[in-house]
Order: sequence, then structure tokens, then C-alpha cells
Amino acid sequence: MTRVFIPLDSFAVACGADEIADDLTRIAAERKLEIEIVRTGSRGMAWLEPLVEVETPNGRIGYGPVEPGEVEALVKAGLLDGAEHEKHIGRPDEHPFIKAQTRLVFRRCGITDPLSLGDYRAHDGLKGLERAIALGPAGIIAEVTESGLRGRGGAGFPTGIKWKTVADAPGAKKYIVANADEGDSGTFADRMIMEGDPFALIEGMAIAGVATGADKGFVYLRSEYPQAIRIMQAAIEAARKEGVLGATVLGSAHAFDMEVRVGAGAYVCGEETSLLESLEGKRGQVRAKPPLPAHQGLFGKPTVINNVISLVSVPFILAEGGAAYKEFGVGRSRGTIPLQIAGNVKHSGLYETAFGLTLGEIVDQIGGGTRSGRPVRAVQVGGPLGAYFPRALFDTPFDYEAFAAKGGLIGHAGIVVFDDTVDMLKQAHFAFEFCAVESCGKCTPCRVGAVRGRETLEKVMAGERVEASLTLVEDLCNTMKFGSLCALGGFTPYPVMSALEHFREDFEPAPMREAAE
Amino acid sequence: MGYAHAFDPEDAAAIIDELKHLEGPLLPILHAFQARYGHVSEAAIQLIAGGLNLSRAEVYGVVSFYHDFHEAPHGRHVLKVCRAESCQAAGGDAIAASIEDALGIKFGETSSDGQVTLEAVYCLGLCAASPSAMLDGRLVARLTEAKVSALVEEVRL
Repeated sequence: MTRVFIPLDSFAVACGADEIADDLTRIAAERKLEIEIVRTGSRGMAWLEPLVEVETPNGRIGYGPVEPGEVEALVKAGLLDGAEHEKHIGRPDEHPFIKAQTRLVFRRCGITDPLSLGDYRAHDGLKGLERAIALGPAGIIAEVTESGLRGRGGAGFPTGIKWKTVADAPGAKKYIVANADEGDSGTFADRMIMEGDPFALIEGMAIAGVATGADKGFVYLRSEYPQAIRIMQAAIEAARKEGVLGATVLGSAHAFDMEVRVGAGAYVCGEETSLLESLEGKRGQVRAKPPLPAHQGLFGKPTVINNVISLVSVPFILAEGGAAYKEFGVGRSRGTIPLQIAGNVKHSGLYETAFGLTLGEIVDQIGGGTRSGRPVRAVQVGGPLGAYFPRALFDTPFDYEAFAAKGGLIGHAGIVVFDDTVDMLKQAHFAFEFCAVESCGKCTPCRVGAVRGRETLEKVMAGERVEASLTLVEDLCNTMKFGSLCALGGFTPYPVMSALEHFREDFEPAPMREAAE
Repeated sequence: MGYAHAFDPEDAAAIIDELKHLEGPLLPILHAFQARYGHVSEAAIQLIAGGLNLSRAEVYGVVSFYHDFHEAPHGRHVLKVCRAESCQAAGGDAIAASIEDALGIKFGETSSDGQVTLEAVYCLGLCAASPSAMLDGRLVARLTEAKVSALVEEVRL
């Protein structure tokens, strides 16, 4: 029996992985080949997806990117024996892109069957939860605090402090909410881990439940992720059957159960208070803080609301200890971060590493430059609300404080690469347009500012009173930055102002731009 | 996908009864209606408001807030094309324009024969395989002109 591994991750499925699996099943039946197909998550080498792996005496051998329709030819060429072929990439775990990573959170992703709890246990799964139950709430919170873990959604708030606040809050009913509303363009880490290792999120949430006394969890998952929704739901079912979730978590005195809730296409629901409103069945409008969700969150109860990556970092921290996690990273940015390298880039995908690599190392060396072969001109870091960085800032190390010092943010660690054909005035205009489409409408700077900003940049595009219009845009950005209720209005100035500051030539009147070229 | 079911108050009431025990049941109910009937009609809003003891204005406010809920029926197919930054960086604007041309409709519109609704979506999480789209819940990435032609062919059937 030869085992063949085909990813069920959205990257692979969107490029034909299901057809490839069907073809292989059919071909095996026709030729009476003894094979077993295992559907896995993705290794994160997205440019090689669908990446088909076959188990051989020399380890797993990968082929990619496999096109639907070439399975027969690959089988003839000896795929099932790991034979040489132009798509043969050798052992994926020996691939330079994988080998240089520090995979703590994504250590199982792409290797195991995401829906097999047996596989999960065999690869160190549930060790964190078992130790958490033995330690009890105070011990768990001490480990998480010791690890230095900060919220991976973008705000970078210390997770241990958040948990302690909820644990100390009075009340019998508390909630754990996983923010899986990963709306930032250029990000897919939450999706990949939910599709490739869903039990890790379940384990992280159960640990949070034990630590804070919450017995109910919600995964607020965006509707744009149909595959993640299916897999997460199936994993929760499996975890319930095996007693990981339910009235007695792993046979302990703690009760914890959870469910998936599907978002409805509103970007702003990635903001934590707006997400809570949405979960309650309301318009996803931002709440004023205080009160903090840790005191009055979902249905007014104390609530831990964490990003998916924060929660899936916790099982490692509990299993290996906070000190082991803290070993990685720089300054106040401890541990690892799954970089998501996207846009116009040769080696696109997910790269988990300790904080501290420079932006240049990430884009030029790991990413390998642009897919189009043209020079890199701009890199947007941190999603649609992140700043555009020029090559001149490529020496910036990837950590929360270093990016803030350069007028940017790391956000959810999405990195979108643009080549020299990009028009930065158009990108700044898009930032306002996006904010106008997605604004929840509650506060004026965001609701009105985005529309006025878009209109003013349209004047610049038309060459109308350019200098005066740009002064107005700067003024507007100041108002939005300091006057908005949440990050949508508050951070839209980042892409706009960084484009203006670093790529001023794109904002000059058209005749001057032509003269410059 | 498509929506084979015409709105039927009895059938709709059964959906509400099945889901109303959930904590925060409104979004799950609206998703169920949208999936089954292709839209959330005035009559549906009235029924939901009654079932959950909310005002019609409250339910309408939620329906109109979210991009996923439609007050009028959409086409038999829904093609969502990502227009966000990563896809823009990878030639997505040209792909989006060629889809508009091939279907003869703009984003936000439904073709006159009711076959397809074209919608912009801001990120499908396929950014390392841009540009991308979703046809009736099926993901398609690394879009090329050839893949666009195949998608257009499919929605015309």
C-alpha cells in the first residue's frame, strides 16, 4: 500500500487538487494499484500547490505544482516510486523554504491528516491541554504571560494579561471567542491552520477556557472561507466524540464546548467589538471602549477574544513551557510569526519564523523577488490598513516596535509585493475606497472621511489643485487617525500617508509625471 | 449552489424554529434563508422578526448591513472576484475587466437572463495564488484568461 498525500487546503483545491485526487483514484482502480490517498493541509509553499507527496523508503517525496490532467503522465513517469521528473522537488522537509523555518505553530500543517485526532496525538497534540489541566488556571496564565505572547491579530496586546483580566472578572458565565474573520488582503495564516490543523485551535481555545473558567467558545469564521468552515465544523464534531470537548474536557472537571459561527462579508467584523455585536446577531458596529470585552464582552459577559494564531500558539507554550517560546524573537516581540508572502512574488506562501528578519530578507531572499521578474517597488505590510514601504526601508526588522517606528505596522503579518508598474496614487485611492465600502458608519471621521478622501484624490488624479488637495488629504488623515473609534478609520491613513510620503512622484500632476519619465 | 426553493412561510418557520435556540440566532437564520431562497425578502424579515421577538427595523438593519444578505434574488450563479491588494498586485484588475467584458455586466449587477450575478469580494485568502475568484462557493486561483473563459462558459450554461 503506497500512501499519497494531496492537500485539501484552499490553495491546492483552488488549483485543482480535488480533480487530481479523483484522477488518481480512478487511475489506481484501472491499473489495480494499491494506494491510499491522505488529504492533508498545506506545507505553505503555495507556489508549488497542488503539491502531491508520495511515501517512499526515502521519506515523503514531493511533486509540484501538479496540474489537473497530468496525473496519468506523472504516474507513468514513476510518481508512486518517487522517480525523477521535472516537477520532482525531493523531500519537502528538506526544501530550503521549509528547512530554514522555525515551525512551532505550523509544525503539523501539511504533514498530518487534519481530521484525524489519532494523527494529532501522535504528533504531540493535546500535550498542552493535558498539562494545562494539571497546572490549573493560575499556572496556565503564568506560562502564557512568561512566554511574552502578544495578540497576533495586529494590536499586539499581551495575551497573558488579557486572560488574567477575564479570569479575575466576576461572573459564572464567560466566553472564549476566536477571531477568524481574517479579512486582510495578503493574509491566510488563520485559514491555513484551520484547514490544516484544526485541532490546534480547538486545543488552544479549550486551554483558554480552563484558564479563565469559560465553558463556551465561538469561532467567528468568515464566509469567504468555505473550506475552513467545513473542516473546522468536522473537527469540532470529532473532538466532541473523543471527549476533548464536552462536559468533562479530557476527563477533567472542566466543561468546554464550542461552535463555528459564519460571518457575512463585513470586513469591519474583524474588529473585536464589532465581531461581538455580529455574534449577538446585530449590525457589526463598533462599540466604544471601555468597557473592555474582558469585562463586558459577548452578551455582556467577560470574554477572551483572541486571534486564531494567538490561540494556536498556546498549545506549544503549555506543552514546552513559556520560557521555551520566549527563546525565539527579538526585543518585546517574542516567539514566532507566520509571515504570509503574497502578491507579485515568486516564492509565495507561509513562512513561520522568529521575529527579527528584515523586510528585505523576507521579500528578496525568501520571496525571491517578483513573479513578473520586474523590480520590487513597494511592499504593503499588515493588510489594507498597513503602510506601503519602499526599498529604502527594507532594512526594517520584522517586529512590532521597529515597524511602528518607521510609520508602519505588522498587523497580521501579511506582506503584499508590488513591482514597478504599480501606481501609488491609485493604491492610496483604493485605501479610501475600501474604507468607504467597509465602514460600519458609527463614527464620523471614518464614515465621512473615507468618502471625502476618495473624492479629493480623484481631484488629484484629474490634476485639479493638486497641492491644495494633498494638503487637505493630509489634514483629513490626521482627523481620521486620531478621531476614529476603531482601526478601520484610524489606520486607513497608513497606506495613504505612506504612499504620499515615499512615492510622492506618483501624486504630481500628469504632465510633470510624464516629464519625469 | 443556486436556489431551487421559492419562499414558503411554513418551510421558513421551520428553519426559524430549528435555529432559534442558538445564542445569537439571527445571523445563522439569515444565512439559512439566503442559502435556501437566494435572498431575504420583506415577508421573510417579517416572519423572522415575529419568531425572534424583534422589530422589523432591527432585522432589516442587520440584513442591509452585511454584504452576504440580499433583499432581491441574485442570479442562478454568483461569481465573486477578489479585488483586494494582493490580487491587484498580480494583475487582478485586468482579469476583473475581462470578466466584466465577457459577461457584459459590471460588478454588482446581474445579467438580464438571470444567469449570473457578478460581485466584488475583498480577499478570499488565496493571496499567495492571486488573482482569485469564487463561483458558487467553489474557489479558483491563479486566474488566467483561459480560466476566465472556462468560468464564463460555465455560468452561461
